[in-house]
Amino acid sequence: MTGPRIGKRGALSRRLSLAALSERLAQHQLAVLAFIALLVFWELVVVVFGVREIILPRPSRILAVMIEERALLIRNMWITLYEILVGFALSVVVGIGLAVAIVHSRFLEKTLYPLVVAFQNVPRVAVGPLLVIWLGSGIASKSVLVLLVCFFPIVVNAATGLKDVRQEMINLLVALRASRAQVFWKVRLPNAFPYILSGMKIAMTLAVIGAIIGEFIAAEQGLGLIIMIATAGLNTPLVMAAIALLVIMGGALYALMSFLADTLAPWRKLP
Amino acid sequence: MPERLLEVEHLTKTYFPDRKEPLTALADLTFSVADGEFLSLVGPSGCGKSTFINLACGIAQPTSGHIRLRGEPITGPISDVGIAFQAPILLEWRTVLQNVLLPIEILERRVTSFHREHAGSLLKLVGLAGFADAYPRELSGGMQQRVSICRALVHNPSFLLMDEPFGALDAMTRDKMNLELLRIWGQARKTLIFITHNIAEAVFLSDRVVVLTGRPGTVRDIVGIDSPRPRDPTGAEFRATEAHIRNLIGESAADEDQ
Repeated sequence: MTGPRIGKRGALSRRLSLAALSERLAQHQLAVLAFIALLVFWELVVVVFGVREIILPRPSRILAVMIEERALLIRNMWITLYEILVGFALSVVVGIGLAVAIVHSRFLEKTLYPLVVAFQNVPRVAVGPLLVIWLGSGIASKSVLVLLVCFFPIVVNAATGLKDVRQEMINLLVALRASRAQVFWKVRLPNAFPYILSGMKIAMTLAVIGAIIGEFIAAEQGLGLIIMIATAGLNTPLVMAAIALLVIMGGALYALMSFLADTLAPWRKLP
Repeated sequence: MPERLLEVEHLTKTYFPDRKEPLTALADLTFSVADGEFLSLVGPSGCGKSTFINLACGIAQPTSGHIRLRGEPITGPISDVGIAFQAPILLEWRTVLQNVLLPIEILERRVTSFHREHAGSLLKLVGLAGFADAYPRELSGGMQQRVSICRALVHNPSFLLMDEPFGALDAMTRDKMNLELLRIWGQARKTLIFITHNIAEAVFLSDRVVVLTGRPGTVRDIVGIDSPRPRDPTGAEFRATEAHIRNLIGESAADEDQ
């Protein structure tokens, strides 16, 4: 069947075209202007009042440090990004797996789901040091912390999407003697797809936080470690440069997830 | 008299039989449906229509009595039935054609070009020839309901169950869809069991109308309508039949109040 593919590709190219991009920029024109105004204001305040660099460096100085230290920053950014992506991928697999288990079995819904919800009340940051004891101060402990921090919205969204199928649809399929597997693959899972994507969107913001906290606790590399070391040396411009890079990276990851959520489920956004 | 396709015999369904106050949805329902007949079930809400649908397609079992399809009692899900509900219940991530082909995907190992052509001809029959690759969202409510009728027909079932299929549509679209349905019924030559609360609709469409009472649902009377189609809802005979059925339902409602 070529119909839906053409539809998808059409939507994709529409969103990727230059015209669409400039249109989106135009939509956010005010926000961009406000951001630039804030930077200018910040710069002026620091210069006019002579604020010491150790307290608050100027934006232009932060940018200069970012360029100066780009090798160091980017090398460590890759590490942090890697931890995030591994942990995030794990959380997607674990999250969807748990949701499927919960939806498929009354027993697991009664036993596992309350545990998952209860676990949500455990401050995951507090588990961080334990992970270092179990997994060491390398990448593994960070990725597992990312997993623990961000699987919850995926479980909840996936479970909701798997369940949110009208009873008539199920009856229709049962009347046709459909197997549970057929109901799952043909109706429940595709129905959950947009829910899972929006769960992943929420999870992505948490993943960045999880990785940085993990690196704060104990790390050998990563932007979190750079921030810790720079702070210890009162090198505020480098701290801010690392934070700026984190903001850019986190923003890019979130934008990517939003983009995927909007384009992979084209039926959600048809004209 | 053509061959009997379905025989409903002393059909009774009681929910929670172990509780103090069991709920009897259907009580001793008896009627038959001829092959190719257009039969309506009319009754007040609570006359057990969803229960009847679940029993007729075999996904629920009666407490006593049975429904026979060509003489064989229905004891489990039968794929030999097409169902259309009040809402279209289409899968929004599938195109119109893919939605229509869903029963084929469940029943057959693979969808062949033969099935696709058949689905295409059904879409043409309901006036949706150009919409095979459209998504449900792009269609109006009436168009979506036609897609669900195609889906009910695609695996060539012996009979169709329609549960107020046009109940959610506006009055004008509803009238149009009723005419369409008669045309489709005439061309597809299917036995049709049509469930509705709308008496005029039942009189307009059916060969016979089974009038049900409410709580528990049981047969009050069966009204045969012989006048040729298309029927004129403003005609004297039509209105007399309509009034007769309304009286039957009214009487049973009055019985209940006593």
